Amino acid sequence: MTNFVDTRAYRRKTYWNEPVMGSWERAYLFEILRGLAITGGVFMRNMWRWVTFRKGALTTYYPEERRADYAANNRGKHVLTQRPDGRPQCIACNMCATVCPAKVIEIEAAFDPTDPVHPKYPARFEIDYSRCIFCGLCVEACPEDAIRMVKDVPNLPSTDRHDMWLKLPELLSWNPQSDVAKPYPPAGAPAQRSRLS
Amino acid sequence: MLQDLVISIVYITYAVTVLLLFGTVLTWVERKQAAVMSDRIGANRAYLRIPFTQVKLVWWGLFHGLADGLKMMLKEDFKPNAYDRFAYAIAPWVVFTPILLVFAVIPFGGTLEPGRLLHAFPAAASWFGDRTYPLQIASLDAGLLIVFAFGGIAIIGAMLAGWSSSNKFSLLGALRAGSQMISYELVMALTLLGLILIYGTVDLNDIVRRQSGILLGFVPAWGVFLQPFAAILFLTAAIAENKRIPFDLPEAESELIAGYFTEYSAMKMGLFMFAEFIEIAIVGALFTTLFLGGYNLPYMNDAGFLFPGDVDVRMSHGAVVVTQLVVFLVKVLVMCSFQILIRWTLPRFRYDQLLRFAWRFMLPLALANLVVTVLIVWALKSL
Repeated sequence: MTNFVDTRAYRRKTYWNEPVMGSWERAYLFEILRGLAITGGVFMRNMWRWVTFRKGALTTYYPEERRADYAANNRGKHVLTQRPDGRPQCIACNMCATVCPAKVIEIEAAFDPTDPVHPKYPARFEIDYSRCIFCGLCVEACPEDAIRMVKDVPNLPSTDRHDMWLKLPELLSWNPQSDVAKPYPPAGAPAQRSRLS
Repeated sequence: MLQDLVISIVYITYAVTVLLLFGTVLTWVERKQAAVMSDRIGANRAYLRIPFTQVKLVWWGLFHGLADGLKMMLKEDFKPNAYDRFAYAIAPWVVFTPILLVFAVIPFGGTLEPGRLLHAFPAAASWFGDRTYPLQIASLDAGLLIVFAFGGIAIIGAMLAGWSSSNKFSLLGALRAGSQMISYELVMALTLLGLILIYGTVDLNDIVRRQSGILLGFVPAWGVFLQPFAAILFLTAAIAENKRIPFDLPEAESELIAGYFTEYSAMKMGLFMFAEFIEIAIVGALFTTLFLGGYNLPYMNDAGFLFPGDVDVRMSHGAVVVTQLVVFLVKVLVMCSFQILIRWTLPRFRYDQLLRFAWRFMLPLALANLVVTVLIVWALKSL
């Protein structure tokens, strides 16, 4: 019968980078006072800023205030790209909606007989940002380079989760002056674009 | 006598109001101070809207305490299938009540003479006559002993809560709370022995009066200057007694969820939290009374100020009473703020470190402090 209970006294493992403390640190009280001086100093500095009507915090009041310094490779918002004529590149193949791990993309396909090359187009394309995890798999899955993510935030703070859906007009509003892969800006007729919405 | 009863009721109303107000405001102070210390903004979204208008009063998030209280009251009072329903039900009160009772012996002002205060109303003034009352709910000779007696009851509450919840986390938390509070209560009492020796009394009002003098011509004769070591040890032990970081092992969130009150919800849990915040104020009040000269400013007495060089500044009785009340509250608030500063600065102890710290570090230091004090007092007496 094996003895399953380890009866040896507990001994803490010693690591290669064990801190070496001098007598000053061992006295503990002085280091505590130093720590209190640091935190108290930060408190005083920030309080002084607040009482002289400046901002004493690094935080941004989010919905009222937005940071300008998002990183260049921040990918916080989806956009749909457009063909040269202004229609969405999207062919409503549902690959992005299928790969989406959070299942936040909803596409309703429609038939357009006037465009024999791309007869399928999204009548509805909606993304639920209350659940989106910003993994970018939809961008990877897209066979048409139709969905991309840009350096922006959806900016949908709301007390109602049903207000956090990004709809088609907003997704198609991305309109840069130039693009590496696509002939931007699209020179499409506004009449054709109006069938969206 | 009826006059005594009226004064007592006024005092008790004042004390309970102040304590409950402190308990509520300190939740806000703790959040805001922590936020400012760490470059954040802190709670600032709760607001009161003036009815029929769109004017929203935010007031730096002051109403978050109100929102919290309301939330606690309105939540479901979830009860576990507890082992001991009676103990489970009374445990929060056993923790909460003695903390309120401790304030009964703490003097929050000098002497009140209602007859002089109400001289504008001759009928009331003559009814009170020349009676005087110390601004203290119960002016007992054994003041300091009462403080420790009630402090001991809070341990029972924590143990009851942990035992009756029939939950492993609760039981572990209660065991930790029990051994920790007993250890540190010993240290706390021992550190104050030196102070009792110097002042020769345990009556808190007397202790405050003895601190209104001046040492060496320029230092106020506060306990913190007479017994600096005891002040540090007392504050440390008191924070450990209150189970706050760095001594919050009984309710260490990352290990025990909420420790001995894991199984409590709604206002019962709120009582535990509230008791903790009121105890911050109580520790602040005790420290103020014992070490910071209580309600008196340096050079101040019940008639006004008496500065060196016989500069006598007389104040009206009402002005003195109000000054003393305000000075006491400000001192307590500063001490509360200092405790919060400690709570947001230091990391948590390991449990073996915690007990070793109490028995092998603080207890010998307290004893050494006591011995040195005894020797000095004896030497000064025999001179």
